[in-house]
Amino acid sequence: MSIDEFLSSPTRSSQRSGPHDRIVLSSRVRLARNLKKLPFPGFAKKQQRVSALQTILPAVESLPVMAEAFSATMDSLTNLNKQILVERHLISREHAAKSTGSGFVLNKEESLCVMINEEDHLRMQSLQPGLQIREAWQAVDQMDTALEKKLDYAYSPELGYLTACPTNLGTGIRVSAMLHLPALVLGEQINQIVQAVNKLGLAVRGLYGEGTEALGNVFQVSNQMTLGEVETDIVERLNKVLAQLIEHEENARASLLEKKSKTVFNHIGRAYGILANAHSISSKESMNLLSLMRLGFDLGLFLGVERCLVDELFITTQPAHLQKKYSEKLTAEERDLLRADMMRDGLSGVSRPNTEKLDKNSPPLDKPTES
Amino acid sequence: MLCDVCKQNVATVHLTQIVSQETKKIDLCEACSKEKGVDDPTGFSIADLLLGLGASQELEKSAGGKGLTCPHCSFTQADFKKAGRLGCSECYQLFNDGLETLLKTMHKGTRHVGKVPQIYQQTQDLGEKLKHLQKKLEKAIADEKFEIAASLRDEVRHLRAQLKSTVA
Repeated sequence: MSIDEFLSSPTRSSQRSGPHDRIVLSSRVRLARNLKKLPFPGFAKKQQRVSALQTILPAVESLPVMAEAFSATMDSLTNLNKQILVERHLISREHAAKSTGSGFVLNKEESLCVMINEEDHLRMQSLQPGLQIREAWQAVDQMDTALEKKLDYAYSPELGYLTACPTNLGTGIRVSAMLHLPALVLGEQINQIVQAVNKLGLAVRGLYGEGTEALGNVFQVSNQMTLGEVETDIVERLNKVLAQLIEHEENARASLLEKKSKTVFNHIGRAYGILANAHSISSKESMNLLSLMRLGFDLGLFLGVERCLVDELFITTQPAHLQKKYSEKLTAEERDLLRADMMRDGLSGVSRPNTEKLDKNSPPLDKPTES
Repeated sequence: MLCDVCKQNVATVHLTQIVSQETKKIDLCEACSKEKGVDDPTGFSIADLLLGLGASQELEKSAGGKGLTCPHCSFTQADFKKAGRLGCSECYQLFNDGLETLLKTMHKGTRHVGKVPQIYQQTQDLGEKLKHLQKKLEKAIADEKFEIAASLRDEVRHLRAQLKSTVA
């Protein structure tokens, strides 16, 4: 089965829901593991990488949780398909650049996936919609326990699981959540929040992880320290911070509506106006505008339509997903035209944002007479 | 003052970040700061940067000026300077001393306290049992209960053999 047939459609994928998914788009826990003696992928020769892959791939495939999994070596995937996997957040951009000697396994539910020979021999992760990092940790912990019986992990009682990069040493755990924080950005509080979160030893990154921009007001919050702390403590610490971030974003939304409703309605209205009427639009602009529309849905400005419509457009209008729909190779300009067509089409059933209900409290326009 | 990254241009961007009450400073030239994404506060963490810098110097110090080479995978210090990654799991033993300082600045502690693979869990348990038995044995000898001591000694021997076989 090809990856196209295996992956759930963008429609189904955007309908997945979880706790607090107004703000928390998804939760993820990743573990890094390596085999004893064999050089780490970045330093291994091609032949050594292939041999590591030949050991790991069957072990992962044989896990009961991977019964109906998709499994492939990276050299068997086209660049376009690799890019699709990046846009679905199933593999890293680094892994998409890999070919011979690297592999990828994804379970049927798309909740567990394993990258083989990325920076480490094994990068396994559990993905859940909404705020479910505890659940994600449990799932990946179980998979790891099952795998350790089949593979000889590099482990030292003092340093824990040995990883290619010392930043992952010890537990090899990276707990992260993807957050949609448009109100904190609009209210210009985001820099302060990012700094506060950094001070707690957590990292804040953009949409596609390390070194990427926060497109569409989407931020990734994750732990940085992996050594000297128990996994569950790391998970709980992040959980606490996430709960606070949710609260801050909700407060920011409420206060924007109260104090700057015109500004908010203006942003959302313009986003709708452009997306529903443009004839050429870049992927960056559409992500940023879709983010504002998503905020509009959350605030109840778009009645009678589901929010997943926006989430679906967020997926389908990204470059690789767009290219996938057309057989001939598209230039960036051509993609911008087709993207705009898809947006107009997708939003044809959505009426203008209805601000009347929320507008009641806005101050009367006539100024008080000066005396 | 020269840029910490390229060591060529004059540093004009001076950064201080406080993570968990530890102050980290870094000086960059304009080109390097752009390249590292320093102008974007959302995508930047000083820890990512520090890894490429302080790390190799630390390793060099621990090697006493001589370049170390991993006997297992022939990874060298120069490789670490380039990649910021180690060569294989054995490298951790070789670079152990130099890494200690680095790990201190990077992590909460320098010793692993998290998950233990079952096979190591067993040896850990055996090790503790062994310690316990040895104490009992010493006490039995001190109390001149030689019959008990003899059976304890046999048990200790047995455990030692078991421990040896699981580690190997």
